[in-house]
Amino acid sequence: MDNIVDLEKHFQDRIDAEQRIEPKEWMPDAYRKTLIRQISQHAHSEIIGMLPERNWLTRAPSLNRKAVLLAKIQDEGGHGLYLYSAAETLGVTREDLLDDLHSGKAKYSSIFNYPTLTWADMGAIGWLVDGAAIMNQVPLCRTSYGPYARAMVRVCKEESFHQRQGYEIMMALCEGSEEQKQMAQDALNRWWWPVLMMFGPKDDASANSEMSLKWKIKRFSNDELRQRFVDMSIPQIEYLGLTVPDSELKWNAERGHYDFGEVNWNEFWEVVKGNGPCNHQRLETRKKVYEEGEWVREAALAYADKQQVLRESSQHVA
Amino acid sequence: METAKNKTNQALFNVVLSLADSTLILSHRLSEWCGYGPVIEQDIAMSNIALDLIGEARNFYDYAAKLEGAGKTEDDYVYFRESKDYKNLLLCEQLNGDFAHTVVRQFFFDSWHIHFLDVLRNSPDETLAAIAGKSFMEVSYHIKWSSEWVIRLGDGTEKSKQKMETALEALWPFSGELMEATEDEKILIAAGILPNFEQLKTIWMEQIMSVLTRATLEVPTGKNTVQTGGKTGRHTEYLSYLLAEMQSVQRAYPGLKW
Ligand SMILES: [Fe+2]
Ligand SMILES: [Fe+2]
Ligand SMILES: [Fe+2]
Repeated sequence: MDNIVDLEKHFQDRIDAEQRIEPKEWMPDAYRKTLIRQISQHAHSEIIGMLPERNWLTRAPSLNRKAVLLAKIQDEGGHGLYLYSAAETLGVTREDLLDDLHSGKAKYSSIFNYPTLTWADMGAIGWLVDGAAIMNQVPLCRTSYGPYARAMVRVCKEESFHQRQGYEIMMALCEGSEEQKQMAQDALNRWWWPVLMMFGPKDDASANSEMSLKWKIKRFSNDELRQRFVDMSIPQIEYLGLTVPDSELKWNAERGHYDFGEVNWNEFWEVVKGNGPCNHQRLETRKKVYEEGEWVREAALAYADKQQVLRESSQHVA
Repeated sequence: METAKNKTNQALFNVVLSLADSTLILSHRLSEWCGYGPVIEQDIAMSNIALDLIGEARNFYDYAAKLEGAGKTEDDYVYFRESKDYKNLLLCEQLNGDFAHTVVRQFFFDSWHIHFLDVLRNSPDETLAAIAGKSFMEVSYHIKWSSEWVIRLGDGTEKSKQKMETALEALWPFSGELMEATEDEKILIAAGILPNFEQLKTIWMEQIMSVLTRATLEVPTGKNTVQTGGKTGRHTEYLSYLLAEMQSVQRAYPGLKW
């Protein structure tokens, strides 16, 4: 018992001293569980997040946009890989994590449960969704668990390109015809509030926040990050000549921040519960893809096994 | 003299456009896998190949635009031509089907592509030589990828072998078009601008046989030139759907910048 108390104290001391925790070290069970939950949720979000954008990939209106969007979506797949690998250092397998995703036990970012309805959504997603992701993720490059922090460094390097390609799509639309401007405004109207939800519930309603802050898995609270994101985005929206779909938005000189309206938390929890516009569709798609790929994965394993046997028998001969 | 030169130029334009179309359409098909791959690693690998091919297509379109000299852009060719104007190989427009079909389609194509580019690198046409030089390294990765998967799936499980056999049978009739010279291609072969297709045919067949043997698969026995005509604009039913989807935004709002 004493031993556990000592271990926990030593662990927290290391965290407080900003030292990185590595896979083989002792860590509290709850820390491990929190990390597995958060990293796998993050990995799933990268993979599910490919779906809303691939919806317009084959209709991209120029070869250049098509190539850039494909590279962007491909990056997201890569992020999923880095993150599954980071989660695996905590003693789980990718297969287990995917099973949890498919059974609905594991969550992924609710933002991907919204539909992409026009080409402008490719702009709004890259600019705002990836923008919000960056806001959430940059602090994670200093998160206390080593493999997670290192995965995030790689992820963040690529995210800024994602945001730029999104903003460039929006710029092209806003410099274009009246129809294109309307398309851009419509996308902003639909994505703005769901993007603000990406930072999670308000601090006083966030179940996992406190311990995560203590363990330095998290560095800033949900509300802090949300405010930062709003402050950063408003000038960008103004530059595009678009309007923020929030009648309460105004600059507060005293606080030095924008005041903004209340997120529809009812909608937020509904989507988390599975009642968003695309929850069913996204999960069914992933399950179908996974099932259809099963024979390929089996064949690859069978082939690898045969090769292994061949190698071993040739070693015996030698 | 002048007319012979014109004829060569016209042939060159047609052939360059055909190369652009084939690489574009195959890239498009591969991009349809994006997000749907059997494992993430292969999802990424197919996007990689698609990206390489779209890059190659853009180089060819660029050259085609120069040859035509009408001030067109790559997007004019891609978004505002109909099925009958497209000159891609029929093989490239065939549906993805299951992963086995995609692998076989890619393998047939890569087995031609790598050797075609290898010779084209030394073409007296400097632009073609430069494009080929640029793509050659990328395509040597593609052929490695598709060959390895042919072997893995052929020599994997009973089920994967069966799927590969089905895919080989289905796509074999389209594979001969790769090396069947059109009138335009014949002009350029005679001028030494394009590689000798007869030689390519031999090398291609050797490649196919050696990989299929390692995969414990049989080479299909039927004629492989049953389905041809893509390079002169006669396509299968699949292409117009692909184009309708690909061109939909551009065509709904013509003349805009995106
Ligand atoms: Fe990402
Ligand atoms: Fe991203
Ligand atoms: Fe590549």
